[in-house]
Amino acid sequence: MRTLNLLAATAFATALSISSAFALTVGFSQIGSESGWRAAETSVTKLEAQKRGIDLKFADAQQKQENQIKAVRSFIAQGVDAIFIAPVVATGWDAVLKEAKEAKIPVILLDRTIDAPKDLYLTAVTSDTVYEGKVAGEWLVKNVGDKPCNIVELQGTTGSSPAINRKKGFDDAIASHANLKIIRSQTGDFTRTKGKEVMESFIKAEGGGKNICALYAHNDDMAVGAIQAIKEAGLKPGKDILVVSVDAVPDIFQAFIAGEANATVELTPNMAGPAFDALDAYLKDKKEPAKWIQTESKLYTPADDPQKVYDEKKGLGY
Amino acid sequence: MAVPTIVRERTPQLIVLVVILALNAIISPGFFSIEIQNDRLYGSLIDVLNRGAPVTLLAIGMTLVIATKGIDLSVGAVMAIVGAVAASLITSGYSLPATLAGSLFVGLACGLWNGALVALLDIQPIIATLILMVAGRGIAQLITEGVILTFNDKPELIFVGSGSFLSLPMPVIIWVVVAILAILVVRRSALGLLIEAIGVNRRASTLSGVNSRVILLAVYAVSGLCAAVAGVIAAADIKGADANNAGLWLEMDAILAVVIGGTSLLGGRFSLVGSLMGAMIIQSLNTGILLAGFPPEFNLIIKAVIILIILIVQSPASQAAMAGFRTNRHTVAVKTENREHAAR
Repeated sequence: MRTLNLLAATAFATALSISSAFALTVGFSQIGSESGWRAAETSVTKLEAQKRGIDLKFADAQQKQENQIKAVRSFIAQGVDAIFIAPVVATGWDAVLKEAKEAKIPVILLDRTIDAPKDLYLTAVTSDTVYEGKVAGEWLVKNVGDKPCNIVELQGTTGSSPAINRKKGFDDAIASHANLKIIRSQTGDFTRTKGKEVMESFIKAEGGGKNICALYAHNDDMAVGAIQAIKEAGLKPGKDILVVSVDAVPDIFQAFIAGEANATVELTPNMAGPAFDALDAYLKDKKEPAKWIQTESKLYTPADDPQKVYDEKKGLGY
Repeated sequence: MAVPTIVRERTPQLIVLVVILALNAIISPGFFSIEIQNDRLYGSLIDVLNRGAPVTLLAIGMTLVIATKGIDLSVGAVMAIVGAVAASLITSGYSLPATLAGSLFVGLACGLWNGALVALLDIQPIIATLILMVAGRGIAQLITEGVILTFNDKPELIFVGSGSFLSLPMPVIIWVVVAILAILVVRRSALGLLIEAIGVNRRASTLSGVNSRVILLAVYAVSGLCAAVAGVIAAADIKGADANNAGLWLEMDAILAVVIGGTSLLGGRFSLVGSLMGAMIIQSLNTGILLAGFPPEFNLIIKAVIILIILIVQSPASQAAMAGFRTNRHTVAVKTENREHAAR
């Protein structure tokens, strides 16, 4: 651990000495790499910085807030032009953000928001998880038409905010369409194993799957597990049972290619792009951005050249 | 060991299992219907046997460990490690036999590591195995490099998780074979007795000539091996190794299966058949909850309440109250011995 820190410090020092060549220096305190999506966010942030000729100082907090606070303090000491934080928790940021404010360094939050006075940060770039559910629901409404359609839902981890919000958005989208009805809803804990097991039970409980017209999964991993369960029950996923999910991880595009999934709503790993744009406008024209920048929740279907998207995404470290 | 003895000794577990299966049949009328789909048996009952495979396998190893008065908290993490190893071996182009051999070897090594800490260094089992429980997922993450390592194009490994043989799902065949092997080895030899002796009083059994170190090493190794088999099945089932979630909290289900099966955490007398029934009880419960269609917020509460009822029914106090003439004198004797051992 010590050696690693030392190495990181040396790397920092080396980076510092050559940073003068860049127009802007931005410090980025990332949570860690707990999921494929997080790894993709890190690589996209680095790519976006490179594209803009920005010197990005990257610090991995390994899931610990104290590491993030340390990283932010070191960014302040180095006099960076801006600081990006993907906060691991919502509270406990006031003190260090005040220090950044006193040093006149703008702070942008990525992916998650915090409980702190709004004047302590420039803006927050996040996805709207309610909207993600809504986009998924609207796709289903449009594609089912007036036919009656019984939906089974694989929820995320019970009580987690993406699970609550993605359910709410989807419910809102189908609320005014009486022919669409959620007949079973159960948690799959965002995992493939549980997605498969729960889908097996849905199929058994609903007449061998004949009553089920569509599956809505709160993430792609559960959908991938459920697709296997549908196949093992002798049904065709994507045809007998429509499959719509959220996240757009590479593996769902493989399912698109095989004709086994129908739609996914992207939770983009590109939070940094809009953040760099807002920062640029702020530094150049003193234009204050809105306190919340919502990322695009793009809908992907098999019509969107899944092979190409898969190849692009695979390289991002998902 | 005659069959009637097993039935008589495992009556509480048998009753619980029958009651839960009956409840499932009430909740879901088609519960017992089994048909042939794609050349394999298909139905909720088959799901119980199939989905129960990981916990059943873990419970086999865990029973032997617990019988020595130990515990193995690392089995869930070992599943994740082995799943990662299996996925990376098969995707690097190794054949199925090489992949399976490599995976089982890694599981064995994990078990021997635990065994060495417990048997050679005399570290308390709960702490010794906690080390690998915590570190294991990190190791698995390192192997998969933080992604879900998929092997969609390797039907030979996928077959282990979702293929079928003689119309039965492979996981069912695997756990039944492992269970029969384990029961034969411990009950057709003196090994079972020696394991129990260590659990009752390790020093006394060492003094009377039992090589307790080797046996302790062996039971942890077997537990690691069982976890390895479970890990391969779990990975093959979803055609990928999920280092974050494979086997997550399954060590708790395995311990619960052993306890419901009638083996005391204080070590000594154990029952593999009881643990298998315990695992089936837990899985019937899980499947029943899923079939019932309650909101997911209730899942864990329902499970906890039913398990509480089972444990109350099985508790020595209510057993004694319900059938005074059938008080399990042996359990009492073992407990007394354990108390004396603790007081020493």
